[in-house]
Amino acid sequence: MEQYNVMDLKNIARNIRRKIIEMVYEAKSGHPGGSLSIADILAVLYFKEMNIDPLEPDDPNRDRLIMSKGHASPGLYATLALRGYFPESLLGGFRKLNSKLEGHVHRGVPGVEASTGSLGQGLGIGVGIALAAKLDHRDYRTYVILGDGEIEEGSVWESFMAGSKYRLNNLIAILDRNGVQLDGYTSDIMPLGDIGRMVESFGWEVLDIDGHDFNQIISAVEKAKKATDRPVLILAHTVKGKGVSYMENNPKYHGSPPANDEEYRQALEEIGGE
Amino acid sequence: MMRNTGRRWKRLEESEMKTESLRETYGEELRNLGRTHSNLVVLDADLSTSTKTAIFGKEFPDRFFNMGIAEQSMVETAAGLALSGKKVFASTFAVFLTRTYEQLRQSVCYNNLDVNFVVTHAGITVGEDGATHQIVEDLGIMSGLPNMKVTVPVDSVETRSVIDYLANQGRGPYYVRLTREKFPVLNDPSYEFRPGKATVMKDGDDITIMGIGIMVSFALQAADALKSKGIDARVVNMSSIKPIDRKAVIDAARDTGKIVTVEEHSIYNGLGSRVAEIASEEYPVPVWRMGMRDTFGKSGKSWELFDYFHMGVNDMVKFAEACFREEPRYENLS
Repeated sequence: MEQYNVMDLKNIARNIRRKIIEMVYEAKSGHPGGSLSIADILAVLYFKEMNIDPLEPDDPNRDRLIMSKGHASPGLYATLALRGYFPESLLGGFRKLNSKLEGHVHRGVPGVEASTGSLGQGLGIGVGIALAAKLDHRDYRTYVILGDGEIEEGSVWESFMAGSKYRLNNLIAILDRNGVQLDGYTSDIMPLGDIGRMVESFGWEVLDIDGHDFNQIISAVEKAKKATDRPVLILAHTVKGKGVSYMENNPKYHGSPPANDEEYRQALEEIGGE
Repeated sequence: MMRNTGRRWKRLEESEMKTESLRETYGEELRNLGRTHSNLVVLDADLSTSTKTAIFGKEFPDRFFNMGIAEQSMVETAAGLALSGKKVFASTFAVFLTRTYEQLRQSVCYNNLDVNFVVTHAGITVGEDGATHQIVEDLGIMSGLPNMKVTVPVDSVETRSVIDYLANQGRGPYYVRLTREKFPVLNDPSYEFRPGKATVMKDGDDITIMGIGIMVSFALQAADALKSKGIDARVVNMSSIKPIDRKAVIDAARDTGKIVTVEEHSIYNGLGSRVAEIASEEYPVPVWRMGMRDTFGKSGKSWELFDYFHMGVNDMVKFAEACFREEPRYENLS
């Protein structure tokens, strides 16, 4: 696989962000905020760290990624298209009838490992896939991307326990700590406490990073890959709506596209590229 | 529709001498299959000594995952294992699986994965544990899920056959409903389960009693009593709730003109509802449903509870006779 440096990854992330805006604007619906916040992480995973081959999407040794926050479908679909799993032209079908690009992450889309959308289920799926790797003596890794609002679901904590019990050092969860959920700020809706210490106390290793600093993302993932006896949570501090000023930290853009042509043009201008 | 060849059925009195535990059979069959199926894995949620998956777990500790009292995570993990090519069996009590409805819906059924949920302690035969544990709504919940198939084995023979079928040929998610109590053995050892196939346990021309689970045994007893009243009842084991044997229902409607459904489940959304739907669409005849009438269960001995809820053999005889004679139905319910 081609080796991408940080400058390349930044360009890729910029393209992911452009596609996110284009998709939700074309669909007149969708979730840009939590897609933009993980664009840098997705770029690092899919273009540098994950052992994947778009031409061999069923390779039993491939790394897996479960997008537990399935509303971040624009982010994942854009990344998969740019990575070559399917033509970029298909992104225009997002959320439309007769397109495979369902509103929430759908397994029928090439490169998608599991359908998600109802929150709190992806970490458990990741536990199952990681257990299967152990049973089959395969060395692939399983990545799970969680939202911070998502961990208000109790089922996530059930799976934190399970990951620890089975010492799944092949399981890497990444928490998109953007501080915003649909109804407002997580600090108002349901204060989450000291997530790092909480997950650590469940028996996980926790790596605290700036989720928009490529060097930090890369070094955290590479450190997580070296885990020996426990799963790793990368607690990535991010900005919801990152890259589009009026969307940043604005709960409104959790689930709304640019409101009009002016907002649309502004978003693409601020993201830049192309 | 299949017909049981050879010795068709045994009287309950005889059977009472030979009852077998469905969940014990399940655990033993899992262990047997584990010896030949290396990709078979089993999950439980801290009830393995009751669901009997512990029998598998003891011999195959590496392929047995006790997820703790955490059913949601169990269902998600089952999905992850199935996504990775494992043949998955997951067990808990029927009532506790229903709390994972949304995990079942999205992680398992929407992804259409080979996960077999074999639950035990369904219905009122949980007995003394009482209403909190006696789920009588589960068949409706599970049948409503796209891709999910649903079956209620009538005895240990059918249980074994269902588990074998799932391990060797099953595709997609499956819900198998077992019980705490031992049930009479009704089927010959040669019986083979097929999805969507009902079994005529006793033929008859005057009325058809379609049942699931223990109620099939009761129906055979009731049919004996009805015979002495000059009513020749057909008794059909409708163990495959989804897919369901539509032809068996149409045949019953056409041949006998009246149908009584009997189930250890709510009359809503279970066997009775399915049969009534099919009859009304295909061959409208009276369909009377016996079961739990929009109510919770109650503590008591399992067999006492059937009388308490008017679902015992005597009630069934009265119910079927009233249906046959077209008497006003509600007078005959108590």
